[in-house]
Parts: sequence; structure tokens; C-alpha cells
Amino acid sequence: MISEQLDKIREEALKQIESSDGLEKLNEIRVNVLGKKGELTSILKSMKDVAPEDRPKVGQLVNETREAIEKVLEETKSKMEAAARDAKLKAEVIDVTLPAKKNKVGHRHPNTVALEEVERIFTGMGYEVVEGPEVEKDYYNFEALNIPADHPAKDEQDTFYITGDLLLRTQTSSTQVHEMEKGRIPIKMIAPGRVFRADEVDATHSPSFHQVEGLVIDKDITFADLKGTLAEFAKQLFGPDTKTKFRPHHFPFTEPSAEMDVSCFKCGGKGCRFCKGEGWIEILGCGMVHPHVLEMSGIDPNEYVGFAFGVGLERIALLKYEIDDMRLLYENDIRFLNQF
Amino acid sequence: MNSSKSWIKAYVPDLNCTDQEFFDAMTLSGTKTETYEPLDKNLDKIVVGQIDKIEPHPDADKLVICQVNIGTETIQIVTGANNMKEGDKVPVVLDGGRVAGGHDGGPLPEGGIKIKAGKLRGVPSAGMMCSIEELGSTRDFYPEAPEEGLYIFPQDTEVGADAVEVLGLHDTVFEFEVTSNRVDCYSILGIARETAATYKLPFKAPVVEVKEEADGNAKDMISVEIKDTDLCTNYCARVVKDIKIAPSPEWMQRRLASVGIRPINNLVDITNYVMMEYGQPMHAYDMSTIAGNKIVVKRANDGDTFVTLDGQERKLDKDVLMICDGEKEVGIAGIMGGENSMITDSVDTVLFEAATFNGPNIRKSAKRVGLRTDASGLFEKGLDPANALDAINRACQLVVELGCGKVVPGVVQVGLPIAPLKRIPLEADRINKLLGTDISKDEMVEILKREEVEYDAKTDEVIIPSFRQDLNQMCDIAEEVARFFGYDKIPTTLPKNSATTGGISFKMRVEKKAREVAQFCGFSQGYTYSFESPKVFDKLLLPEDAKERQAIRISNPLGEDFSIMRTISLNGILTSLATNYNRRNKDVRLYEMGNIYVPKSLPLTELPDERMQLTLGFYGEGDFYSMKGAVEEFLDSVHMLDKLTYDPNAGKPFLHPGRQANIVYDGEVIGYLGEVHPAVCDNYDIDTRVYVAVIDMPHVVEHAKFDTIYTGIAKFPAVTRDLSMVVPKNVLAGDIEKMIRQRGGKKLESLELFDIYEGAQIKEGFKSMAYSLSFRDKEKTLEDEEVAAAMKKILNGLESLNIELRS
Repeated sequence: MISEQLDKIREEALKQIESSDGLEKLNEIRVNVLGKKGELTSILKSMKDVAPEDRPKVGQLVNETREAIEKVLEETKSKMEAAARDAKLKAEVIDVTLPAKKNKVGHRHPNTVALEEVERIFTGMGYEVVEGPEVEKDYYNFEALNIPADHPAKDEQDTFYITGDLLLRTQTSSTQVHEMEKGRIPIKMIAPGRVFRADEVDATHSPSFHQVEGLVIDKDITFADLKGTLAEFAKQLFGPDTKTKFRPHHFPFTEPSAEMDVSCFKCGGKGCRFCKGEGWIEILGCGMVHPHVLEMSGIDPNEYVGFAFGVGLERIALLKYEIDDMRLLYENDIRFLNQF
Repeated sequence: MNSSKSWIKAYVPDLNCTDQEFFDAMTLSGTKTETYEPLDKNLDKIVVGQIDKIEPHPDADKLVICQVNIGTETIQIVTGANNMKEGDKVPVVLDGGRVAGGHDGGPLPEGGIKIKAGKLRGVPSAGMMCSIEELGSTRDFYPEAPEEGLYIFPQDTEVGADAVEVLGLHDTVFEFEVTSNRVDCYSILGIARETAATYKLPFKAPVVEVKEEADGNAKDMISVEIKDTDLCTNYCARVVKDIKIAPSPEWMQRRLASVGIRPINNLVDITNYVMMEYGQPMHAYDMSTIAGNKIVVKRANDGDTFVTLDGQERKLDKDVLMICDGEKEVGIAGIMGGENSMITDSVDTVLFEAATFNGPNIRKSAKRVGLRTDASGLFEKGLDPANALDAINRACQLVVELGCGKVVPGVVQVGLPIAPLKRIPLEADRINKLLGTDISKDEMVEILKREEVEYDAKTDEVIIPSFRQDLNQMCDIAEEVARFFGYDKIPTTLPKNSATTGGISFKMRVEKKAREVAQFCGFSQGYTYSFESPKVFDKLLLPEDAKERQAIRISNPLGEDFSIMRTISLNGILTSLATNYNRRNKDVRLYEMGNIYVPKSLPLTELPDERMQLTLGFYGEGDFYSMKGAVEEFLDSVHMLDKLTYDPNAGKPFLHPGRQANIVYDGEVIGYLGEVHPAVCDNYDIDTRVYVAVIDMPHVVEHAKFDTIYTGIAKFPAVTRDLSMVVPKNVLAGDIEKMIRQRGGKKLESLELFDIYEGAQIKEGFKSMAYSLSFRDKEKTLEDEEVAAAMKKILNGLESLNIELRS
């Protein structure tokens, strides 16, 4: 009797589940059949009418029925949910080619981009980055670098003076002297910074620009080491295929001295508009520290040697990023800065 | 320094290379070649032709028809020129040839002008006869050419010959960049010597022999006294009689022309020629104007004036060296001779001078007198005293060769004795050690010998020729060896020892962090000048007694606008914002990391305090609080948020009086921020609100930290309470928060302002503020009573600030 009732309930429930059209209906079925006031529950409630010895059997039957219905309910629910999610996803298709919503992040100045490149390369080779004063004593800017009072180089550099003895440094080489005077050897340093020369503003000149000075002092440093170091620098800065050419030159504070050219990184050395057809671009000046310079800063030139180099930051920035007018670097037009 | 290749070849006859090879080789051995210009680059198919016949043109009055013999044949050419006659020899461009320019002597077109056979007014013309301008030169360099019309060769010129060759235009002019240490290379001989050494070829200096054909002796005709031997170390004088002024020979004119010196006459040309050849300037005086047969070299007096041979009156002072005779001044030493002793066409006897003056003195004198000449440009480099005698003798040799006059025997030479040649030990091992090479001593000796640096095997020393004043010690010799060994052949290695760790300083790390955060907050980096105009202080409304006005002045600025070192960093960023505003760029955010220069006292006696400033500025989207946010993002990144407060009484005249604050860390002002005063915006022509912040980086560096100590993530729940208040308008949020924090106790974890409102529904003079407070105990779940106690304390505090709770 009860088992017939149960079969009927199950049959009816499964039929309803099959024909249900949504999660709500499914829940309604669950409540009607399995809920506190549901059909199955009411059968359990009528257990008191069943003979005690039959009760376990009936109980088992009721549970089997419940499990069977629940199983189908669960399966149907999962299917419906999956279908609903699919429908939702389908409805949520967007046009991925619409414009991006960007975070408004600021940009580095090209000078800084170039400087950070240079710093990265040299700190990687064990160089310390140091700084020196921009308002400087004549001694550090000139005399200690082998440029005595009457030296023509003093005129050539068109120095801004503040007093007879104080000036705006014309080169970061002055930082070499401060570093040597500290007396800690070995020295491996680069000194980036602002320098000043009395040049009128035009496309290739600025009265204020930036240099990076380099200095290495130790025992047994050679000109070959200078070449090797700067060739490595050039490769890291301009690409692994970059070739370097060293030409004899003259600087008062180094001997022997050289200028370094790199193979044009636009045309690879074939010659183009960028390198004026020469295939080479002049990048920096360098040389072995003059013994008199070492001596003046309290380093024994018989024991120690070293090399030094100086490179113009703007020159690198202008070349590397193909900027054709130096004035752009100091106008700070956002349309220019945003490109870096 | 310019030199034609043919002039160099006069001393290095075996030189045989292309222009490009020469350019590269000289640059690599240290004589940097800037450019070169083949004089014949646009001259093609030009021969010497003889005009056999000139006939009128049937249809044109201004044209004539010429039959021209070009050696192989006779061709017909129609021309508009009229300075020639039958029998004249002229340059003729043949069909398909090229000339350098037009007959009017205007700018030369790149690639020249192509000449084709054609018809002129119906008459066939097979080519063109040329003027000197069409050949790319001018009468300055070919003074024998007519003012207008065809160039006419001397009658003995061979018909059919290469006209470019005859004119000496198959040549190339090289421009060398000579470094300041190589005074000897400001001469053709110096360049030629480098050429010979570069190519390992023999160097053939001129053999100087002077035929002294006149009677008497120079020593009896002139005496020389140097009163200021500090400024003149050496003075040579020679006398030449029976001067015949005439044009100098073509070869000399051509060489001078090739290096850009205009031929004038034999006497002037000789002094110029020797100056180019030897690098020693010379001067010639008319002997008849020299009083007392005497030359005295001495300083001028302050306030003296003197008329130089260009007719200009020059002001002198006691540091200008003068050449005087027995009575008067006759020249400014090393710069220019006087009008009173200049050579005229009627000159009979000439006094030649070749001297050595103090370089720096000449340089400074030339500047003060306001006259920089070719001669002073050379003297100021400091010339070799031994060169003067050679040069004056060479000039006399040329006088004889050119038939310009008769040389009187004897040289008057006074001054300090010429120093003996320097000797430097040849330390081959040290040289190799410095260069990182393994060059044998023999090879070094061979290299040095090429440069006329001789080796004395007995003493193991090298002997430095007098013209190499730049060679003084081992490293100088090392450079010579390296140059000719080849910089490119020196190995490339990296330093072997030099164990260093490298890296950047803490200061730089903090600055880098500041740049990163500024960029993260949307600010792009600007660079502005360190010097600016003193007007900046007025633009920024700074009062007369503002300490910022105590700025360092540059004594020789580029102009008033670049004359003081900035003491406040705002002008740069405001100027840059103005540039952007003027160009209609929207929403511009800029920052700069740069120094200000604060003098310790004025006038400056010691180095100023250079203080790095982080300066932020923007207009467009955002307000005061956006700027404040950027400041706090940075200070948070260096762990400085905890002791940060703001003081609205910043007192900055350039900021909005009600929208400015000092940034205070632990009681110390480390910067300021605010909205720029509209009057200042007006001064910068910015018609919108601008916000700025300036942070004094040394203060930040002092307190910044990069290390974080982790505090555990709370395990127990927080209890939140909202406070909705009506607050008198003048009560600052900062004060309310300070009070809440003090009274909230340790359990108050955070408080956050979530609403602020003024206007309708709030009574006049008040604002509505709502905070959300969050309490938490790290050890246990908070009891309600604990929170209630804390809230009670806070509510009591509110009362003391006249704050009411909103019902």
C-alpha cells in the first residue's frame, strides 16, 4: 500500500521535474515533495499507522524514494544553472576593440631614460654612482684637472663665473677630483650631473646640459682596459653588434687620450643621413688619467693608474631617440614627454 | 687648420692615396680631419683652347662666334664674353663637361652645371669658354683674372692641355681639427710631418739657404732690445733692401688660395706663406719709418692709444706688449702692425720680424684690444722659440727666389737662450704596462723616429725636438707610440682586479623613489634651467625682504634672464605649465627633481647649499586634495606617513591664502603645497587653477626608510561605528581626527571620513561630516562595552570642539 503510494509520488515528481522550466519551479517541486509539508514527509508522518515490525522497511523505502528524487533534482538543477550561465555569458559579449581605459601614469624625461641606462650598465660592472657640487671651486673644475690659470682650455669652455674663485662647473670631471681626494682606492665611479657653459640656446646648444663622468683608479689599469670597458658600454647601450673606434685626441687631464666613435646604430655602419654618411658617430672622450692629476689629488702615480671618460647625456638622448632639437628637452611639452 | 693635399705632398712627395684614405688614416693617427673638398669635384672635360678667329653673330649684337683650337681639333663656340682677342688661350668646357658655377660668381650649385653642345640664336656652339668664377674660384685667389669675362692663360700655355691642371685645381683641401697641445700642427710642415709618420714615408722639409746679396750687415742697421722678457722670449730681425713689389709667382698664389688666403703681392704673400708653412707669424716694417735704427719691445702704458694698419684706433693698457722704435710705437706685438710703419708700394728697405711672445698674454691682449688676427691666434697657443729663426730665414730665401729684394747679411736675434732639447727616459716596460700592450723597444724607437723623436741608446733616452713642447713625460711618449702603433691594435680587456660593489647612494634611492611615485601619480618629468631672471621673485609676489631674493648672481650671464641661481624651484615648473597651457595641452601634470642654490652669505665666499627639490605642478583634472594625495603617496613609500601633519599657516605669498599648507613631518617643515595664487597665474598667463607642491628632499632623505616591518593580519573581527556630526566651519578635519585618535585609544584601528557636506539642511556656519571608525583587538573579540567606553570618550571630545552629533 505505502510502496504503491511511494512509487506514485516518485513517478509524479520525476514527471514534474522533467517538465519544469526553471530553477524556481524546481524549488517548488522540492518543497512540495520533500519539504516539511511535502508528500514524502506526510508519508513519514503516517508511519505511526504502520506495524512496528514493518517500519524499518517502510523507512528505507521512503529514503530510497527521497534520494532518487533528490538526485534527479540535483542533476536537473546543475544542467539548468549551466544553461543559465551560458546564456548570461552570451549576453555579455563586449567589443574588445573599444578604446582602453588607461591609468594616467607620468613619463620619465628622455635625459633620465638615458641616464638610467648608463647607470644600469655601469653599476652592473661594479661602479658606484656619485655626485658633486654644481657650483664649484675653480680648483676642482680646472686646476686640479691640469688646466692652470693661463690654459687656453679655460677660455674655450666659456665658463660662467660667480666670483673669481667660484663658478658653475663646466664638466663633471670635477667630481673625479673630489672622489680621488677621499683616498679610497680602488675607485670605480660614474658621476652624472648638470654642467654649464656659456653657449646661446639653439638646436644643438644649451647653456645647461648633463654629463656622466667615469673614473677607475687602481694598480695595473691599462689603456686596453679603458677600450674594453667602453666597448662593453657601447654594446650594452646601443646593441650587441655595435663596433667602437678609438681616435687619438687631447684632453689636459688624460694622457694618452682618445675619442670614441660607435658604428652608426641606425644603419649599422653603412652610412646614412643619421651619421652623415660616415657610418660612425662620435660618442665620448676618454683617456688614461694624467699622472699630474693623480699627484695633485694625493695619489702616487708610480703606484696607481687609472682611466677616465666623459659622455654627454643629451647627446646620447638626442641620438638614441632621434630628437632633432635640443630645445625640446627643456620646454617640457607634455606631448614630447609622453613619448618616453 | 686647412691644407691642400698638393702642398702637403711638397714635403711628402711619395704620398699616394685617395682623399678618403688620407682622411681616415690621418684621423686614426690623431690628426683629426673634419672635412675635405676636392677643388675639381665639379670640373669635367675642360681644356686649354686657343681662339683662332672671332666673328660677329648674325642675329645677336652681344654674341660672337669663335673658332677655338683645342689641340685635337678646332670647334665653334658662341660666347657673350668680350674681353678676348684672336690668339688668346682660354679654358674651354667641351660638350658633356661640367663647370662649378655661373659666370656671376653666385653660390655654387651642388653637382655643378652640365654643359652641352647646342645653338645660340641659331648658331651651333660646341662648348663653352669659362671665366674663373665658372671654374669655382674668384679673382681673390686668381688676381690675374679679368674683372669680367673669360680667364686668359699666359701665352706659353700648351693648347689642348688639361686646363684644371694648369690652374692647379686638381687638388683637395683638407680641414684638420688640431688639438690645443699640438701647436706644431698649425702649420703645413707640421701636418706634413704627421702625414709622413702616418704613412711611414720620408719627410722632406725645405732646405733653407739664404743668399745674402746686399752690402753691410743687419747688426749695423738695427738694434733690438726686449724690455719685458716675460712677454717676449725671442726676437729675430733681418733686413731686405731694394724691394721690388710685384705679384708673387703662380705656384705661391695657388697654394695660398688653396688654404683661403688671398694673394696680394710678393712681400705680403711671402710673410703669409711662411706663416702657413712654418706656423710662425711674421711682420714686415718699412725700414724708413723706424726711428733711431732701433726696436724696443715693451709694455704700453694705461690709456695709450695706437692706430693699427687697418686705420682703427686701439686702446691700450699696461699689459699690452708693443713693438717700438727709438721714438714711438710701431706695432701691437703679435697682433697687428701700426699704420705708421706699414709697407707701401714705394718701400725700399724692409725690416722682417719673427718673434716669440707669451701666449696667454697675447690671448688676453687680443681680447681687450678687441682685435683677434691670424697672427694672434697662432701666438696665443705658445710658439716654439726655435722656429722663429728658421721662419725668418725661409722668408729671406723666398725673397731672393722671387726676386723681391736683396737680403742684408746677418740676423739680429735677442732674447732668452733657446733651451736645450729635452730628454726623457724611454721606459718601454712602463709604456707597455700603461697601454696593455707588448710592443718591442725597437718598434717604439722606430715609431718615434718617424716623428723626429730620436733615441739615444747610450742613455736610453729619447730626445724631443723643440717643436714638440707637448712631450714631457712617459705618458706623453706612450701616446705617441700608441698613435702610430694604432689605437685599433691595442687589445680590449676589462680591469682585472678592482673589486668594487658599486651601486647608488641612499639619497639617490630616495630621489628615484620620488620620481617613480610622481610618475605613478601621473606627473611627467621636466628639466628646467638652474639659472633664471631676478624678475621671477616679482612674478611670485615675494616681498622685498624675502629670503629667496638672496640669490647668487652669475658675473657673466648669457643675459639678465639667466643671471641668478634659483633659490626657489617653482618658476621652472610654472613656466613649463604655461608653455603647455599656451599650446592648449589638457590636464598637464609635471614634476622636476632639481637643485636650488641657497647661499650661506652674499657675496658668495663659500659653496652654497645645493638642495634637491621635488617640485610637482598641475592644472586640469584634480584639486588641492589630488596634489595632497600625490605628496602622501610619496611620503608613504618612504614610510613617513605616520608623523605627517599639515599647517595651513604656510604664509606663501604665491599661493592661494585659503588653500595652502606646509607639509610637516614630526614638527619640522619639509615642504609646502597649495593652489597657485590667481595673480601669479596671471603673471604666467595661465587662465586656470594650478596646484603645486614642493618637497625639500634633504629633509626627506634624513627620515626616509625603505624597510617594512610586518604587522600580523587581524584574526579577530573589527567593530565599526559611524559618527555623523555637525561641525563649526572653522574646525579643521585634522584637529577632529587628532582628537578622535587620541581619545579612541589603542583599539581604534582606523578612521575614515566618508562624507562632508555644506549647504541646505545644515545651519549657517556649520558643515556636516561623517566618519567611520573601526575598532579591533588583536588578541580577542572586542566586547561591546569596550567600544562603548571609547566612543563615550570621543563624544566628550566632540563637545569640547563645539561639535554636535546629527540626530
